[in-house]
Amino acid sequence: MENESKPRRFLPYLYWIGGLSVLYFLLNYLMSPFASGVTLNPKIMEARLGEIGAFLGSILIGLGVIEVYFYQIFFRQPRNRATNLITRGLQAILGALAILTVLSFFEKTDLFRLGNDFVGNFVRSPLTGFGYLQQSLASAGVAKNNAAPVAALILAIVTGIAYFAIHLMSATRFSRLGLAYLLIIPALLGILFLIIYPFLFEIKLAFSNASLGTQATKNAQYGLNFGWNNLAALFTGSVAKDAKFLDVFLRTVLWTAINVTFHVTGGMVLALLLHRPMKLQGFYRTLLIFPWAIPTTIAAMALRNEFDSRYGLFNILLTDLNGWLALVSQGTVNFPVLGNTFSWLAANIGPVSWKQDPFWAFVSILISNIWLGIPFMSVIILGGLQSISQEYYEAAEIDGATKWQQFRNITLPLLRPVLTPAIILGVVWTFNKFDVIYLITQGGPQEKTDILVSSMYKAAFSFYRYGFTAMFALVIFVILLVFTLIYLRASGGLKSATE
Amino acid sequence: MTTETIPISKANLSPIRRFLRWFFVRARGDSPFKTILIHAVLIMASIIAVYPVLRVVTISLRPNDTLLTTDLRIIPQNATLDNYKEVLFGAPDKNRKSDFFLWIWNSISVVTVTSIVSMILAAVSAYAFSRFKFPGRSAGLVFLLTTQMIPAGMLLLPLFIMLAQLKMINTSLGLIIAYSVSSVPLTIWTLKGYYDTIPVDLEEAALIDGASRYTTFTKIILPLSTPALAIAFLFSFMGGWSEYLVARVVLQRNDTFTWPLGIFTYAQQFTVSWGQFSAASVLIAIPVMILFLYSSKWLISGLTLGSVKG
Repeated sequence: MENESKPRRFLPYLYWIGGLSVLYFLLNYLMSPFASGVTLNPKIMEARLGEIGAFLGSILIGLGVIEVYFYQIFFRQPRNRATNLITRGLQAILGALAILTVLSFFEKTDLFRLGNDFVGNFVRSPLTGFGYLQQSLASAGVAKNNAAPVAALILAIVTGIAYFAIHLMSATRFSRLGLAYLLIIPALLGILFLIIYPFLFEIKLAFSNASLGTQATKNAQYGLNFGWNNLAALFTGSVAKDAKFLDVFLRTVLWTAINVTFHVTGGMVLALLLHRPMKLQGFYRTLLIFPWAIPTTIAAMALRNEFDSRYGLFNILLTDLNGWLALVSQGTVNFPVLGNTFSWLAANIGPVSWKQDPFWAFVSILISNIWLGIPFMSVIILGGLQSISQEYYEAAEIDGATKWQQFRNITLPLLRPVLTPAIILGVVWTFNKFDVIYLITQGGPQEKTDILVSSMYKAAFSFYRYGFTAMFALVIFVILLVFTLIYLRASGGLKSATE
Repeated sequence: MTTETIPISKANLSPIRRFLRWFFVRARGDSPFKTILIHAVLIMASIIAVYPVLRVVTISLRPNDTLLTTDLRIIPQNATLDNYKEVLFGAPDKNRKSDFFLWIWNSISVVTVTSIVSMILAAVSAYAFSRFKFPGRSAGLVFLLTTQMIPAGMLLLPLFIMLAQLKMINTSLGLIIAYSVSSVPLTIWTLKGYYDTIPVDLEEAALIDGASRYTTFTKIILPLSTPALAIAFLFSFMGGWSEYLVARVVLQRNDTFTWPLGIFTYAQQFTVSWGQFSAASVLIAIPVMILFLYSSKWLISGLTLGSVKG
């Protein structure tokens, strides 16, 4: 590899660039006769690419600035006392500026509010300074339209100069774990800003009266009593429109239990059948994976179509079955027991109103979600089965164990490391998964098929009860956390995985 | 040598007998009845798995005047490709433009960027979690798992308010930000599980030979974990590709729609156009399903990577 010539090493990239541009021009050429009927055009594509490029570029520069900062903290050591003072001072100033920027970002997004006093102005000083820089750039006529990127670039250059100065004044230092921290910083920052920060924000919101009337957080008031009001409203009032918390909670438990049970048993049956050596195995496996492979949105919408009362697949089949049963009951009218049974069946089995009847609506979303979820579970269990050595079964067979005993005492215990996380995640995901519900029944009729998360979604984005929704979300989170802790304690925990 | 001892050579068998022989030959120990029963169950299950998908194809082929029918044939009468034509290229005679390519472009641009960003973040930090015993490591791993307990819908509200205050609602960047980190914690777990299976000796040998950590990571770890990286990429791509609920909140303007929002508009118009909905679905689903079925073997190995050894 090392002795490859330079142009040769860049050849793959050239191929990629060439291939992509050929594809682009080919598509353009093929599309040109139809361009009048299509809204997408190269101008839109270029605009988007520019937008994304700027976004990625600014992320890269930002991360670079942060990484170099920590690199110098971990791997550089000031040469003497004087440089020590200067480098540490520079680093402290840079760190303080970064912290102040983050704080003012928090303030801008309303996590907390600072008055117009000294502290507030101090925290906002980096952003105000940045604003001045932009203004002066714009008034100097350097960059009229896009002063912000230019100002950011100037700041990056200034920071770079500071880093270079620190670099000159310091020597290399060995750090055993510095690299580890450098490596996790990007992911950590992402998680802090996009998971932890929203989570804290949610807690803050839960103790507020934010709603559409208060323009979200703009005029919202915060206080323990608002949190208490939200909590009381959650347990005594209606969750979304007129459903009660307890009903929805019980339905969610039922939804989760039925789904996970069917996923695991169905997946287990299919996996066991597929695991034995036989013909057409790969063929079946490919077909059985279909519900997982098809995008959920499409599958859910297609199934919603099939639950139509007249033209849906299910009612067509049920109508046919009903007609057949009626025919049989007519034919067997002379045999009392058989005839009665069939006429009873014909009277009771028939097309169902999937959309209007709450029970059947719930059944319809259950059928859909079970259909969607079984392949995933069977694939996981199949993977677990394949990792069990065949020798155990041979030994058991010699000892005269029946198939059931083999399954009970070999297969199940050895599947445990696969099944435990799969079941925990399955429960959590099913508990939180409502895209199927939202797409098929939208929680209807009369919110009788809503689960907790879908009610929460509605409370936020159909009824705009933001503070209430935040409290609702916290309650759901606590329920899930308690479940997981109990399950982990019962099943021996995750110790082995984290060590 | 065995062929000589078998009295009837293959050529003398009737095709049916030959098929039966081929069919049962590997299922030793099972009676023919049991084999047939297993195949029957599997065929039933396959039909249940595939038939609803085939129905989508059927509906997409129906001419517009016979959309509502109780016919169960897979290829409908008077099958046409009109729905596909209208979905792809619009209907200039009805002065209707097609947004299909715009939606696909929106989806692709958003999901590719988020998958790449989250992949890089996860690949790098999973390496730290796998190879360094730094203080806070196991706490960090448990913390990553705990973030999975947070319902996706739960962070949606604060994210929505945050994006609204940064004026990023109705932009693809807003959606990219909302998606980008959600798959990182689980990806870190998967990749860490995979890195753990790569022997440390390989790296140590390289380190002794004077390679830097950067070199060992890019020249040893990354090439060896290509399958895991591919799986992680595929998972986060698939996750964002058909996501509906977050996109619905962040994007409300027609020209920023991703395809799940887009095809939903077919179902929301005054006259629900199931034909076009189905045609669009087929066009979107086919490449995804081919990719998925092609890579399913990898997916299976990837899913059990982290868990089997633990």
